[in-house]
Amino acid sequence: MNSSVIVFPGSNCDRDVAVALGKLKFKNTMVWHKETILPKSDLIVIPGGFSYGDYLRSGAIAAKSNILNEVINAANNGCLVLGICNGFQILTEAGLLKGVLLRNKNLKFIGKDIYVKTLNTDNKFCNKYKQDQVLKFNIAHNEGNYFTSLDHLKKLEDQNLIPFKYCDSKGTINEESNPNGSLNNIAGIFNERKNILGLMPHPERMVDQIISNNNGINLFASLLN
Amino acid sequence: MKISNAVVEKHGLKLEEYSKIKELLKREPNLLELGIFSAMWNEHCSYKSSRIHLKNLPVKGKHVIQGPGENAGVIDIGDDDAIIFKIESHNHPSYIEPYQGAATGVGGILRDVFTMGARPIALLNSIHFGSPNHPKTKTLLNGVVSGISGYGNCIGIPTVAGETKFDSTYNENILVNAMAVGYAKKDKIFYSKAKGLNKSVVYVGSKTGRDGIHGASMASAEFDENSEDKKPTVQVGDPFTEKLLMEACLELMKDNSIISIQDMGAAGLTSSSVEMASKGGLGIKLHLDKVPCREEGMTPYEMMLSESQERMLIILEDEKEKEAKKIFEKWDLDFVVIGKTTETNNLTLIFKNEIVGEIPIDALASKAPMYDRSWTKIKLPEKKISIKDLKKIKLEDSFLKILSSPNQSNKSWVTDQFDQMVMADTAQKSGADAAIIRIHNKEKAIAVTVDSSANYCKAHPLTGGKQIVCESWRNLISVGAKPIAITNCLNFGNPEDPNVMGQFAECLIGIKEACEFLDYPVVSGNVSFYNGTNKKNIDPTPVIGGVGLVLESKNKINHILNKEGNIILQIGKTFGHLYQSVFFKEIYSIYEGPPPDVNLSNEKNNGEIVLKLINNKLITAVHDVSAGGLILALAEMSLSSEYGLKIKKPEKLSNLMEYYFGEDQGRYLLEIEPKNFENVTKILNENNIFNETIATVQKDFFELQGEFKININYLYKTNNKWYNSY
Repeated sequence: MNSSVIVFPGSNCDRDVAVALGKLKFKNTMVWHKETILPKSDLIVIPGGFSYGDYLRSGAIAAKSNILNEVINAANNGCLVLGICNGFQILTEAGLLKGVLLRNKNLKFIGKDIYVKTLNTDNKFCNKYKQDQVLKFNIAHNEGNYFTSLDHLKKLEDQNLIPFKYCDSKGTINEESNPNGSLNNIAGIFNERKNILGLMPHPERMVDQIISNNNGINLFASLLN
Repeated sequence: MKISNAVVEKHGLKLEEYSKIKELLKREPNLLELGIFSAMWNEHCSYKSSRIHLKNLPVKGKHVIQGPGENAGVIDIGDDDAIIFKIESHNHPSYIEPYQGAATGVGGILRDVFTMGARPIALLNSIHFGSPNHPKTKTLLNGVVSGISGYGNCIGIPTVAGETKFDSTYNENILVNAMAVGYAKKDKIFYSKAKGLNKSVVYVGSKTGRDGIHGASMASAEFDENSEDKKPTVQVGDPFTEKLLMEACLELMKDNSIISIQDMGAAGLTSSSVEMASKGGLGIKLHLDKVPCREEGMTPYEMMLSESQERMLIILEDEKEKEAKKIFEKWDLDFVVIGKTTETNNLTLIFKNEIVGEIPIDALASKAPMYDRSWTKIKLPEKKISIKDLKKIKLEDSFLKILSSPNQSNKSWVTDQFDQMVMADTAQKSGADAAIIRIHNKEKAIAVTVDSSANYCKAHPLTGGKQIVCESWRNLISVGAKPIAITNCLNFGNPEDPNVMGQFAECLIGIKEACEFLDYPVVSGNVSFYNGTNKKNIDPTPVIGGVGLVLESKNKINHILNKEGNIILQIGKTFGHLYQSVFFKEIYSIYEGPPPDVNLSNEKNNGEIVLKLINNKLITAVHDVSAGGLILALAEMSLSSEYGLKIKKPEKLSNLMEYYFGEDQGRYLLEIEPKNFENVTKILNENNIFNETIATVQKDFFELQGEFKININYLYKTNNKWYNSY
């Protein structure tokens, strides 16, 4: 499977994603933001970091970069797109996913391990997980507080477009287990076609038992299915 | 313009220093030259009061590739791998403008590390604030923590360990020390020494602005009530540009274009060019019209003294300009040849086709003043108080009070603001005795820690100096690392005060003795004097940053309890030393008496055996016993796990408080599975290491026999409430 990781000035999880993809034997290419042609890809990953310093608004400038036009075209043609953290913010700024990521409710950067519950496994990204499986992931962001219109929220819930919600270690989804104030504890969402996934937690940080755990492996493994 | 005495003093120079400048130049300097002298001769850049003492530190060892004197120290960790690290203070700017002060402290120390060819892999910090009740503390704490977080998170280097402390001694002068650790191949290390005549001197990075002018001179003066007016001398950081600069420099370093490279830190363009020329025994000529400026109409004086961030000076090999420029253009950074190396041994500054300044390099560097300031010896304080004469208090109450005190509280409020996991090699995050960072794509890892004990150093600097080195050593041992080398950040008051100079000299003797004994050399460091306001000096606060090697990261260990029924063994003897303890301070407000004694040979034996037990997989958790004594160390083990402990009092006990709160040195707690217990005690006894069984792991309750039984959830809440309610 061919993957491309887009590198913006200020991306800082590009290497980590490439390492995770490498573990699963993806044929990966790093693609610099000034490029105007995207290599043939089955998966495009927009990694975390602070693209363009997060100046103006996180993800806003990256969403206007050369390469994003190519990403948008590929996504519209059904290519799988995964946006992690800043990547999720870029996808919303580019209009590939609806909604916005606001400042965290406590107005501070949050960097810690949290739990998410897997709520949809019938898709390309999560088919290796079990329904309702609780995963320990790591979050590291200033703006992860997902917000959207009531109509869109209803659609997300009704069409099962929310694969991950923040929960506690036992899987309880409530206000206490919501780290950043996200609507309905949303940690990640799909577009309608479910070929685009944006999520705030970093699955690429959870692919090695010595470092953390293996909870992120199956997200990348699912894509190979 | 004639230089008046007032102008000289405004530049932080003494009149006798000005006379020396005239002597060296054989004429009067102009204002630009005076500014350059003031930048190079201030305490921060010249180490004029400290050099005489620093030269006694042990700086060599079989792992040392580069000791002090370069941008950072370099150690060999085998397989042609090198670790490059340094700690630096940014105290004064952080007090004036906490966010930018702390942020640029992180930026500066990162540049010191990647200048040498290393990719930074970890950040640490030691931050000291005034009393929580002081009106400024909350704002400063918030600002500093978000400044560190803002810079480190954005550039994408994990902030993995640190210490946050409060004491009224820092009310008017906080400490912000940042440490960076990087990785490089041993044969790809870059130094600041210039070589070769007529080589291009290249300016890369951000443009020069008017920020930070005279920053280094500010950091070499005491504060007074007008310090707030110094805000314009604090630099503004841009971690995004630094990320680009770092990537561009590391990309350029892949081939052999660079002869010498130096970051523009304190005293910016002045110190970087002088340093390179001085080390290479060359001159340097700069065309200031070519310096990329952020603002119009900047004068040579402003350009030479600006401390704008995210800039570097590079001396390039011939014919390499085109290729190098391409790299910097890719990263959208300025790249301008602004000068050449010369044989004149002068710093020559040209502006609008005129020589606007010309100073012999050695006058700025090797001939800078050096002082042997007078210092007074500090006697070991007497022991005047006995616990038996003090008002009786319940052990449980004291314990819970200490556990919820600002200095002993859980610090996740701070550490949760840091990205500890970016780069995906953090094998141990903060919260343990030391953090562990795996070397990318390898089995091995390094362990890192920062430590300080200002109250011990104040009570008796010699013992305090020894103690912090030992504490650093113990913290590395406790995660399964072999301690290799340290960097130090020496935060002291006014060196013109013989008592402060005495604290400095004796702390250094203590550091020297411990480093020599433990074969734990000093490879880099920084001195920060003039910490104080209106003649009130801070307590002496040397901070030690330690680096150790973990051969196989899968063998890492920490203080988290593993299994019900496991045995907790203490090694090292408890004498019950309460002077200078957290207990005396928090419970009785007693601040007098000597710090605990340090026995270097016990430290060495105990540490080496613990490491052996870890490597032989005979123990399942380790924790060093430090501030707060035995009971705090036990509680910390319990708090980090899901388990409680059943603690048994020793049969013979002269005093309960002394035993559980005493801060005797050289002690560790080990968790052992029952099946290994006999083997472990046998090894300890054979090596004459004092050990005693003090607790067993149990579910749910933290319990001291005959004293208290506390649910671990309650313990956790007690330990976690302070920051969240502050």
